[in-house]
Amino acid sequence: MKYKIWLFFFFIFIAFAVSAKQIVVCQSCEVKTIKEAIKMAKEGDEILIKKGVYKEQDIVIDKPISLIGEKDVVIDGNNVGGILIIQTNNFKIKGLKIINVGLSYTIEYAAIKVIKANDFIIEDCVMENVFFGILIEKSKRGIIRNNKISSNRKNEASSGNGIHIWSGEEIEVYKNEMFGLRDGIYFEFVKNSIVHNNLSYNNIRYGLHFMFSNNNMYHHNEFRNNGAGVAVMFSKFTVMHHNKFRLNWGSASYGLLLKEIYDAEIHDNLFEQNTIGINAEGSTRINYKNNTFLRNGWAIKISGACYSNIFMNNDFMSNSLDLAYNSNINDNKFDNNYWSEYTGYDLDKNGIGDVPYRPVKLFSYIVNKTPEALILLRSLFVDIINFSEKVSPVFTPDDLMDNHPLMKRAITNFDTQRND
Amino acid sequence: MLKILKYSFYDLMRSRWSYVYFLFYLLLGFVLLFLNNDVDKAVITLMNIIIVLTPLIGTIFGVMYYYNSKEFTELLLAQPINRSKIFMGQYLGISISLTLSLVLGLGIPFVLYGLFKSAAIFNFSLLLVVGAFLNFIFVALSYNIALSTENKIKGFGYAILMWLFLAVIYDGIFLISLVVFNSYPLDKFSLAATMFNPIDLSRILILLKLDISALLGYTGAVFRKFFGTNFGMLISMGVLVLWVVLPVFRMNLKLRKKDF
Repeated sequence: MKYKIWLFFFFIFIAFAVSAKQIVVCQSCEVKTIKEAIKMAKEGDEILIKKGVYKEQDIVIDKPISLIGEKDVVIDGNNVGGILIIQTNNFKIKGLKIINVGLSYTIEYAAIKVIKANDFIIEDCVMENVFFGILIEKSKRGIIRNNKISSNRKNEASSGNGIHIWSGEEIEVYKNEMFGLRDGIYFEFVKNSIVHNNLSYNNIRYGLHFMFSNNNMYHHNEFRNNGAGVAVMFSKFTVMHHNKFRLNWGSASYGLLLKEIYDAEIHDNLFEQNTIGINAEGSTRINYKNNTFLRNGWAIKISGACYSNIFMNNDFMSNSLDLAYNSNINDNKFDNNYWSEYTGYDLDKNGIGDVPYRPVKLFSYIVNKTPEALILLRSLFVDIINFSEKVSPVFTPDDLMDNHPLMKRAITNFDTQRND
Repeated sequence: MLKILKYSFYDLMRSRWSYVYFLFYLLLGFVLLFLNNDVDKAVITLMNIIIVLTPLIGTIFGVMYYYNSKEFTELLLAQPINRSKIFMGQYLGISISLTLSLVLGLGIPFVLYGLFKSAAIFNFSLLLVVGAFLNFIFVALSYNIALSTENKIKGFGYAILMWLFLAVIYDGIFLISLVVFNSYPLDKFSLAATMFNPIDLSRILILLKLDISALLGYTGAVFRKFFGTNFGMLISMGVLVLWVVLPVFRMNLKLRKKDF
């Protein structure tokens, strides 16, 4: 028993002695390149990089150290290949500016590539003109914060993702800014992770993308001007709240794309000026609450195989079409929503309309069958057939209705102002 | 011609209906802006109204003016004045006075609510231009009908029918043909079909600048490509001009042979 205690103290001593060491890299120092510094470093050391441009690629970090950049440190990859490759636990990377990652159609070059690492921090880094920004494989318990990742690639094939995590657990991604990439953030086989307060815009494909990732949460993010805001596919138990999905406006754009997802919570989000606010396909047991749909083309488009979804207390404001629905109602439920197009009355003044509201109009039904018909939007004829269908539904599912439409908006404090 | 134009114009300006029409648009503009302060949104609502109402008013005014001033026209015809000058004068008089009511009625509230500061100024001017075109087109069409029909009641009937056809029935037929021929590529067809109806053409011209451009999706790529570019805009404006010129041309042809 006793020798164990001694051993413990011994390790403490070692750890203390090691952590005290700092290696400084600068152009006029003894150590001129980062690679050299890493070779010299021992476990727990800190490498401090001073101001300057370092043209290095394939810097492999294989021991638990901290890599810290002072102001104006630039690591330039010269568009050749990957830059930092990390294969160790317990590391920290801070304050670096990494630019010009090479493009490849076969290898995933990244500014920072992390392989099989646990307990790490990547923070305050700026990455420009990258292929992949931060690429994490088979890692656990990481924090990625305050990074700014950008690129200027033109198409999906030649661009990579900002923060790409393949097989990870308990990773926290927050306060990052991503633009000009393929996907801002991409999660594949990631569990128990949180994404919050990020800003993802002008990306070619998605602002945030989940594949086969369960038990994740994202909140207070803003997704703007992306090919599609967020895509959640083949995932379970995803929680999405207080996000803004804005201006995803284009021929095949969505605010939020849901495909084969189960047991999700979607609440307090803002969907503003998207071609389609939410496009749901094969999604089951999802609760949509307190969301605001403002001036979208379609607020919600439901494409079939959706069961047990509940839409409650949402605001549907000035959307061109509130709902497109091409299957039976199944057991989905619309209740207590506010619809700006509702024309009913409230005689008993309890705030709930006395006549049910039917969100699927005949026109939206026709457009589903014949997309070209959309050019008749806002034509007098369309208004007339919508009205007659409203009076006596023939084509639209007659049980698809909101039995208790609200007379006033459910959410009053959401800032719906344009802030750009 | 100018003299007759002036006469017709002042005649209409003096009549109560021009004022009612002007006041209606004025009120509409103010109420819309008062209710939702958002100029963009107001432009969409206005479009809905202009697309339906301007043609209707144009049609009714045109027919009504022709039949009401028939006796005076006959008196003029007895004078040594060119026939086409008389009728062109009347036609322009009506169209210009209606357009003036529209432009002033809507323009004043929008200018007062700070249109010049808003980004919607282009959309709004497009709306007014389209509204003016619709006035000119429908007055010309209704004059054609009135010239061809001696019977007042019949003339009114035909004119209203024409409006109903272009505003409602045409779209119905259009929609049905889209649904029936669903399995064929329809974008070229629908592009052509919109050209044959000035109301549809104006509606799409405005909508593409406003909300549906992206909604149209893949199917609408043809539309966006066409109407979105300056070339498409020019073509559709050209078609609108044609819609004015052709009825006016037919009017002149009809006049030459008509026995009053």
